[in-house]
Amino acid sequence: MLHIVACIKQVPDTKIIKMNPKTNTMDRSSAPAILNPYDAHAVEEAVRLKNRYGGTVSVLTMGPPPAVKAIRKCIEIGADEGYMITDRAFAGADTLATSYALTKALEKIGKSRSIDLIICGKMTIDGDTGQVGPGIARRLDIPPLTSVKKVVEINKEKGYAIVHRKLEDGYEVVQSTLPCLFSVEKEINEVPYAPLPNMIRAARYQPHIWSVDDLEDVDRTLLGLKGSPTIVSKVWPPEKPKGGEMLTGTPKEQAERIISLLLERKELFRAKEELG
Amino acid sequence: MNLEDYKGVWVFIEQKDGKIARVSLELLGAGRKLADKRGVPLAGVLIGDRVKHLAQEVFAYGADLLYLYDDPIFHHYRTESYMRAVIDCCRKYKPEIFLYGATSTGKDLASAVATDLATGLTADTTMLDVDAETGLLEASRPAFGGNIMATILCKKDRPQMATVRPKVMKALEPVPGRSGQLIEEHLPLGEEDIRTKVLEIVRETQKKVRIDEADIIVAGGKGLGSKEGFQLIHQFADVLGASVGASRDAVEAGWIEHHHQVGQTGVTVTPKIYFAIGISGAIQHLVGMQNSGLIIAINKDPNAAIFQACHYGIVGDAFEIVPLLIEGFQAALAREVQYGGKV
Repeated sequence: MLHIVACIKQVPDTKIIKMNPKTNTMDRSSAPAILNPYDAHAVEEAVRLKNRYGGTVSVLTMGPPPAVKAIRKCIEIGADEGYMITDRAFAGADTLATSYALTKALEKIGKSRSIDLIICGKMTIDGDTGQVGPGIARRLDIPPLTSVKKVVEINKEKGYAIVHRKLEDGYEVVQSTLPCLFSVEKEINEVPYAPLPNMIRAARYQPHIWSVDDLEDVDRTLLGLKGSPTIVSKVWPPEKPKGGEMLTGTPKEQAERIISLLLERKELFRAKEELG
Repeated sequence: MNLEDYKGVWVFIEQKDGKIARVSLELLGAGRKLADKRGVPLAGVLIGDRVKHLAQEVFAYGADLLYLYDDPIFHHYRTESYMRAVIDCCRKYKPEIFLYGATSTGKDLASAVATDLATGLTADTTMLDVDAETGLLEASRPAFGGNIMATILCKKDRPQMATVRPKVMKALEPVPGRSGQLIEEHLPLGEEDIRTKVLEIVRETQKKVRIDEADIIVAGGKGLGSKEGFQLIHQFADVLGASVGASRDAVEAGWIEHHHQVGQTGVTVTPKIYFAIGISGAIQHLVGMQNSGLIIAINKDPNAAIFQACHYGIVGDAFEIVPLLIEGFQAALAREVQYGGKV
């Protein structure tokens, strides 16, 4: 029986977030908090592997108390257990301090039921780094497999996993010992609508909630802002482009203008013709 | 940690099949500027199997030094083996700044190395500067889906590390014969020390040019309305011999595969001509295409942000304008052929 843990995060939906132009800060109230879209694929893959090989799927998150909602979303997808670490001591963590806190929580989860596989999303849409997953793998000293787009086989008895890792021009087939960590691409699966029984279970589900005092062997200087080597020194709005020339006239006249612009760059089209 | 012990600017030289990744050459260009401003040498770190011959190219593009780990164990990129080489090199020679391409390999490697060295790593940097006095690296990047730019500092730990997006920095003109110092390193590392194995590499040859290498891109967005509507983009691209790009909305709607996505969470492109059709111009899209040579936007909404980022804009219905473009361009092609001129 496999024990798979998916690490997830609740994020503001950056697609619709609004900026306060006066203060250059994000108006967080303008964006709903959602389960990081990449993480939904991580949880879905964990659930599929559970259905294939049998086992348990746990999810783990670090965040403020409202992040419980993101855990419930994972229960809807089919996770069995949810764990949340929440404490002021974790606040302001960069990727290094985040991977440390999550690793401490994983060690605690692993004590009651040893972990075979950890799955993370490719990255979060608010941090956009993709660094936390590989960081966790280093701290636990297990192989990190990033850019996973397909899981070919998990063999717990023989202790290995085989996956496809996406490359810029194809993919590679990689075998790793278990336990290991995957960070998965979006294309690995499609997340279907949750079945009704899962939704009912999710609505009532209460995750395990731990503060820093519940974790063991924690070096507090490595947590949160204190444990973060990087700091944000300055934020500013991206430079606004100046804007271009708006074409006028009838659609036909506009199209003709564009075509003449293209023909001024004939060499681009000639090259293509010669290539065949 | 004594910050004074850490000196020099380093670039990870990513190679595959004995060819250096373009982004590594770009980073040598960016690294050269940082090194000159700080008055320190620029070094490359090259790892691979029978890759020593690449040293000359690394020097030609601006490096003063090259640390080389050349061993069959490094035949394929694997986090575990490459990471050990890089960590070994950092512990021995202590760089102040270390840059990696923000490719899947560069990000994978840098994340592992930063954790072991317990230092700061800034992801997907698009601007770099250094304080000449203190050596503090200012790494700036788009954050929150491109809604803001943020400058990240790593004040107390070394090396200061960053991954840098491809196609943002400029490579120097190579100087053939420019010399540098080659430092060959060895690591007592056996296959039994590595827990991962690459069983097979599958190259997927695509009919069309990869979009980050295309000269002309026709990109479509939400404004196309449906998967059927998006076919218009393919038709226009076929006529122009262009590659097809897409906004995140079009990809998430399932009209086209993810590898066509341009923007913060997709690919950065710098074609000579970029058509943005039915794309509103969310900042997350703009960061991926704003350095294109000629940007032409077509959108129904006169207030669409894309019109601020384009060179020429048409407010109108794509389903009316694009067929006129297809027809007109084909006619122009035919005229050229008739008069013996090549188009």
